[in-house]
Amino acid sequence: MANEKVITANELTKKFGDFIAVDKITFDVEKGEIFGFLGANGAGKTTAMRMLCGLSLPSAGQATVAGFDVYKENEKIKKNIGYMSQKFSLYEDLSISENIRFYAGIYGLTDDRIKEKTSQLVKQLSMEGSEKALVRSLPLGWKQKLAFSIAIVHDPAIVFLDEPTGGVDPITRREFWGLIYEASARGITIFVTTHYMDEAEYCNRVTVMVDGRIDALDSPANLMKQYDSKSMDGVFLQLARKAVRKGD
Amino acid sequence: MKQFLIFIKKEWLHIWRDRRTLVILIWMPVIQILLYGFALTNEVKNSKIAIYDQSRDEATTLISNQIAASRYFSLLKNVYSYDDIGATFRQGKIRLAVVFPRNFRYDLLHTNHAQIQLIADASDPNTANMLTNYATSIINDYQATLNRDVAMPYSITTQTRMLYNPELKGAYSFVPGVMALVLMLVCAMMTSIAIVKEKEMGTMEIILVSPMKPFRIIIAKTIPYLFVSMLNIACILLLSVFVLDVPIVGSLWLLIGESILFTVTALSLGILISNGAKTQRTAQFASMMSLFLPTLLFSGFLFPVENMPWPLQVISNVVPAKWYYIIVKNIMIKGLGFSYVWKETLILVGMTVVLLGISIKNFKIRLA
Repeated sequence: MANEKVITANELTKKFGDFIAVDKITFDVEKGEIFGFLGANGAGKTTAMRMLCGLSLPSAGQATVAGFDVYKENEKIKKNIGYMSQKFSLYEDLSISENIRFYAGIYGLTDDRIKEKTSQLVKQLSMEGSEKALVRSLPLGWKQKLAFSIAIVHDPAIVFLDEPTGGVDPITRREFWGLIYEASARGITIFVTTHYMDEAEYCNRVTVMVDGRIDALDSPANLMKQYDSKSMDGVFLQLARKAVRKGD
Repeated sequence: MKQFLIFIKKEWLHIWRDRRTLVILIWMPVIQILLYGFALTNEVKNSKIAIYDQSRDEATTLISNQIAASRYFSLLKNVYSYDDIGATFRQGKIRLAVVFPRNFRYDLLHTNHAQIQLIADASDPNTANMLTNYATSIINDYQATLNRDVAMPYSITTQTRMLYNPELKGAYSFVPGVMALVLMLVCAMMTSIAIVKEKEMGTMEIILVSPMKPFRIIIAKTIPYLFVSMLNIACILLLSVFVLDVPIVGSLWLLIGESILFTVTALSLGILISNGAKTQRTAQFASMMSLFLPTLLFSGFLFPVENMPWPLQVISNVVPAKWYYIIVKNIMIKGLGFSYVWKETLILVGMTVVLLGISIKNFKIRLA
């Protein structure tokens, strides 16, 4: 199943009044890939992702997610994707297992499956014994890992991660990328936005968004060669310098 | 359906874990009913008075005794000069002073005309009015006994009957008012805060990305609050029947049915507010300003709407609590059936449909 495209975008555009947040972006993502979406704050990463998730309607252009059209087959897309926001959105006043149960439940998993998933998840995250702890009391790193595991609890084809590592220390970030690789190995396509350039090097392919446009799309190694730089940081700086738009 | 139940269960956990709010939700109506029922009553009982009797004859003694014996008044003291009256008023000790002039009985019997002066503390105009009315009627009673044996050429007497609330108890109008107030607050404010909280926490995004339909999300979020409101209504009704002696004259089921309808109206208002508000604080403030105050002012339970200037009367028509208040009064106090409240019911149904329509449509637009 190599080269099967799970996301395609063709001149996808989003305008808010006169402001063009996303300007005719064209790309596709292959199955099982870790696809990095880089850009400064305000470059349009989140807006682009929201269009693909069905949270926002495109102004123009075409896109398909998991083979379904973003305009017409929104409901089908929703069944096949997972989403994790930059806020690690969990319910603070619910326990670990209650959070898992709720999110798995709204994706329609059966009771047996939820139980199985819960124990498997808790074990994988080495949170045994803390199932009844309220999320409020957990360290940030735990919340982040839990939020990611919950985003893929229903085994989606694609998971969208919106700046999933904000505010977390480097060690926890590395552990988190371990989880991402594990999910990728299971065949889940990862679509991740970030502005940490070291993370970009963990991705199979990255795009760099500048002012709503995609200015570069390739594997990190090729980009570094193309822009004659030793790190993604260098590549990014060369591209971002062209930006007119200020960050938000 | 199962998704739906899981959602409701989660929502219930939120309410249950937040003990402080839960306690407030349950106790607020109880305290309000007890406050309005006992402490904040607009009845006038045992008002302190002073009597300045310059005549001290058989007639003035009799009238004084009758006034002092009535349940509206209690005699604080006899005073002996106008200065004394002024001083007592200034100290705030009395509400009313009764002044008999010199030679009261002599004037009454020989000139057929005598005067009594009533001086009232009108810094509270309603009370002053009521007190002078009570006192005047006691004096009129005395006059009637004097004239009993005399054939009056013409005489008109009035006979008054107080329908529905013969004892003129304030609780009869407060209970329906508090019901409207509590339901508005619990349903609208709590739902709007609960929905906005999910937006603030970012969990709403995750739910919206899930296959759960927005319409169902809204309904599932509101059902626990509907349940809490029903609990509140039960509390209020039990208290009013067993503690305040306010009976439910009409059909209990009709009353409950109408209350559920009003609750749904309030819930849809809550959803509407949550559409606009970005933070919990905004939602709370918006609910306070746009729901609590209008309910208090325009439902008619504190201030009669008929006495307001016409622009305010027009505004009062869009306040759902006004119609609910009329309905509850008609059913609970007057014992009227559905045929007397169908118009108000229809207005509430109309409001609910419009509000729910707007709020659900807006909710979906944010999605797209």
